[in-house]
Formats: sequence, structure tokens, C-alpha cells
Amino acid sequence: MRLRRPKIAPSAVVWLVLAALYFLVPLVATFLFSIRSIQTNKCCSFAAYTAVIHNGDFWHTLRVSFVLALEVIVISLILFVPTVYWVHLKVPRLRPVIGFLALIPFVVPPIVMVVGLLKVYKGAPEWFYNKPSGILAAAYVILAFPYMFFSLDAGFRSIDVHTLTEASQSLGASWPRTLVRVILPNIRAAALAGSFLALAIVMGEFTIANLAQFHTFPIFIQYIGETDPYQASAVTLVSFGITWLAMSSLLFIGRKRGGPTQVVGAH
Amino acid sequence: MPYLELQGLHRNFGPVKALNGIEVQLGQGEFLSLLGPSGCGKTTALRLVAGFDRPDAGRIVVDGKDVTSVAPSKRDMGMVFQAYSLFPNMTAAQNVEFGLKIRRRGREDRRKRVHDLLELVGLGHAVDRYPHQLSGGMQQRVALARALAIEPRVLLLDEPLSALDAKVRVQLREEIRRIQLELGITTLYVTHDQEEALAISDHVAVMYGGVIEQMGTPAEMYTAPSTPFVAEFIGTMNRLEATIRDGASGQVDFAGTTLQVDAARGRRAGERVLILVRPEALELEASTNGASSEQNMLSGEVIAQTFLGPVTRLKVSGGLIADMSTGRAAALPVGARVNARVPAEGAKLLSLPDDGPASPALDPDNP
Repeated sequence: MRLRRPKIAPSAVVWLVLAALYFLVPLVATFLFSIRSIQTNKCCSFAAYTAVIHNGDFWHTLRVSFVLALEVIVISLILFVPTVYWVHLKVPRLRPVIGFLALIPFVVPPIVMVVGLLKVYKGAPEWFYNKPSGILAAAYVILAFPYMFFSLDAGFRSIDVHTLTEASQSLGASWPRTLVRVILPNIRAAALAGSFLALAIVMGEFTIANLAQFHTFPIFIQYIGETDPYQASAVTLVSFGITWLAMSSLLFIGRKRGGPTQVVGAH
Repeated sequence: MPYLELQGLHRNFGPVKALNGIEVQLGQGEFLSLLGPSGCGKTTALRLVAGFDRPDAGRIVVDGKDVTSVAPSKRDMGMVFQAYSLFPNMTAAQNVEFGLKIRRRGREDRRKRVHDLLELVGLGHAVDRYPHQLSGGMQQRVALARALAIEPRVLLLDEPLSALDAKVRVQLREEIRRIQLELGITTLYVTHDQEEALAISDHVAVMYGGVIEQMGTPAEMYTAPSTPFVAEFIGTMNRLEATIRDGASGQVDFAGTTLQVDAARGRRAGERVLILVRPEALELEASTNGASSEQNMLSGEVIAQTFLGPVTRLKVSGGLIADMSTGRAAALPVGARVNARVPAEGAKLLSLPDDGPASPALDPDNP
């Protein structure tokens, strides 16, 4: 039985258009600005884009940030999926405590956090302290924590963790198998949502990377912005497109396997 | 030799004694229902057998082996849950296949077994459907097939029908029994529905307050309850608290009326007893001139009628309940004065402690 698509109310269309304009106008303005010629300040030249694409730093910093994002996503999922699962299953009274902890990254300003982190890890090994994949990834995992936690928490709340776990165990499945084959596929939507947010954070975070003196993509954007406004607009748009592309591919990978992504409530 | 044994199981949750010494012996291929009201410990007992929880004391023995400390994944117990427990990301067939994959069965072997089991539960046509595309009854059928797929040593069912509507419930419980008999699988069934338990079990154990009050065949439980609680919980029962007047002749005193009850013979005079009479054994007749002088008659007034189909249940003032054919009940409308005859031979008698309540109070409408 398929429900008929409900008619969209005219007022809804108005709001939708307003919301779309809110997001699209800056993008269009940026685009129009980016195609002005650097010599004449008039339309239309794609010189800024050509310059950006031929800039080695653009690709280098983009790669650094992207690899960093993947690393943060992987570490966050490995850390938080089993943790949130365990909390839901065994110690549900800890949920509000973790929820509170997850708010701390919002409360502590990044500038305070990075100073603290750099001080604490001063004696840490070179590979950790001086590489973006070390201390920066660790800092970003902290920043991504609230997004990951609240996404996963919502996902776990939408399924009957206890019954699914016990059903799986009574059929002979071990803990890791239960987690990977039964639980994970059913919280995939939540894990994906958390991953998108983590990706967005890493691709846009400036303060920590700057103070810790790493050359990530946002640092590059900021540098270009100071030196060439047209290129800066072009970079912004290109990075915007790349981030969307990355999110779409994550979505594609996440949804590739069969079955409904969203759990439909028991009826 | 018993196949499944629960020996002295104790389980406390803080100050609450959820299980207080449970003893069960069940032969291979037998069907035992644990029956009782909410909080009686029946689900706790089942979870201990499944291995999801550990007893504070006592042992669980299956086929001569102590499995008390064995992990649930190593126990080979098939379980069907109260809540819909199918894996939402897998089709019906994949759900049934799950346990077989873990046991590393060959592909062809798995395919055949999945097919056979889904046929067995009547879902051969729905192999590729996801749980959200199945009705509640169908989901529980798949869950049953999934539990049976691993050829469990014991099948555990935790109120599997409680979320289903009445018609599906009756249909599915009969199928559970048919399949259980067909496969000869030892089964432990938890329910709070006494009708369900009586209908499909070899044995019924009525639990209350963490102990088994009585265990026996459904017929024994119905006809010969051994405690006031069981008497009230299984079916509906009139409970007349009385005192023995004369043990030799079998006379008892009930609310100022002397009743002749054969089962009272040999009791000590002055002993407090509970006379149990099934509603269908209580005969009602219209009273024309107040209290009857006939023996074993209690007088009262009809205060409610409940239509149950072929019979109608009448509530009579003084806490009596009588079932009579719907045709005859029409002559005794609400407000009619009636006399109720307590049968001298059919009534059961249970001793009451000299002080304290007879048994936990139950709502007679909803035992």
C-alpha cells in the first residue's frame, strides 16, 4: 500500500524558497565574485579557478584535511560505537553523564583547548606531537565527540538494543559478531550522520590547526583569502563542492548494502 | 532422567527476591509453562535458563550437564522474545539463516533448512521480506523459525504472543504446540495468560512471589489447586472463608450459615478453611421468599451480568460468581433475589493459616 504524496501547501513553498535563498544567495554572490577578472575587475574570467587548481598547496592541504577527516571518523566510530552500545545495554544510567561530557567541547573554547593540549602533550613522541595525524586528529576527535555521541545515541534509542543483542547471542553470536552484524547495520543512518558532521568539522576547523601550526585546508583558505580575494572565493566554492562530493560518497558507501537504512518501529 | 533441571534457583535484585528457590524437572520433549502474574519471577527464571542472567544460588542442568555458568551464546537455547526481535536489516530468510551461519553450515544445507523451517511456520511465501514488511504474527513466526533453526536443546518462549491480537494469538499458540510436538523439542514457555498455559502445556507451574506455588498437568491445576493463590489464578473461583463446625459430619460455618461440605470431613473443629467452588458448580435459582431454609443455600442479589457467549457470568452480592447458560440467566436480571446452592461434594477445601490473609488479594475479574 503506497500513500499518496500529500499536496504541498503554498505557505510551505514560500518558506522553502526563502530558506533556499538564504543558502543560495551567498553562494551565488561568491561565485559571481570569483569569476571576475583580476586585471579588469569585470566579468568573466576563470583565471582564479585555474590558479587554484594549479596551486600545489591547494591539493596538498586538501589531502591532509581529507585524510585527517577520515582518520577522525574511523577513530570516533571505533571509540564511540562500542561505548554507546555498552552504555545503552549495561549502564543506561551513565547516559546523562556522557551527554554532559559531550557538551564540554562546546563550552571550552578551541583556543583554550589547543593551548591545554599542546602543554599536556609537550613530551609526547615526535610522530604524535608534530604530525596532523597525531595531536590534531586527537583534538578533532574531541571536537567531533558531541556530534558523534548525540547521533549515535539517537540511533541506539531507535532500536531495541537489549532484545536484538539477546536474540543474537541466543543464536550463538559472540559480542563482536553481534556488534558488527546485528547492531551496526541498524544504526548505520546514525553513524553516517555523525560521520558527516565530523567531516564537516575537520574540513572547516581553523583555530586549533592554526595555533598548533599545521597546514590544513582551512589554513590554506585563510592564506589565500589574505592574498587574493578572487582566488579565495574560488577556493571556497571548490572546497564546498568537494565536501559535498565526499558526503555523497559516504552516503553511497553507507547505503550500498541491502536493507532499509532507517529502522521502522515495531507495529 | 530429567532433561532440564532447575535446582534451587535464587535470584535477588537488591532487596527484591525475584526467585526464591525454584525447582523444576522436565523430561525430554515436554512442554512446561511458567504461569503467573507480573513480577512473579517467571521471566527471571527463563532468562536464567537462557543465560542472560546468572543465579545467586542454584544450578541449571541440561541433559546431565551443568550449564549455570555457560555463556548464552554457547548454550544452544532457542529463544522467542516478547518484543519483536527480528534483525531489522535482514530478510526473514536471513534472520533464520543467522544462527546457521554462525555454526558454519554449508550453503546448500542452510538454504534447505531455512526453506523447511519457513514452510513449517507457514511463511514459505515471505522469505525475502524484511521484518517491517511483516505483520506482528508473521514476525513471531519467523522468530520461532529462527530459534528452531539452530536445533536448540531447549526452546524458550517469553510471552511470545502477548503483543498479538486475540485471534492470531489462539491460532499461533496452537501452531507452537503442533510444531513442538512434531519436533519433540523440550520447551519452556512463560505466560501470564492461564488459558494459554492450560491449552498447550504438558505441565504448568504457577509462580507467585518467586516460588512455584504448584506444578502439575493442566487438568490437575484446574481441578485440584493446592493453594488459595493457584485456585484463584487458574480459572475463576469462589472463595468462601469458613470455619469447621463439625469435622465428623463435614459441617462448616460460613458467614452465619451452616454448609455441608464433604471435603470438610475429618477436619478439626474451629479450623479456618477456604471453600473453593468453581462458578459453573454454583447453582443459582430465583428466590421468592427471601432466605431459603434449604441446606447449603446462600442468598443474595444479582449485581452484574457478563455475557460470555454460551454462558453468562453472574455476580451475586456477597462476592459470589456463578456461570449459567445464557438462556437461563435471562430469568435472573440484575437486582433479582437469588439463592445459590453450594455443592456438598464438588467443593474443594484448603486450610488457612490461623491469622493473616488467606492469599494475596486478586482482582476476581482479572486474575
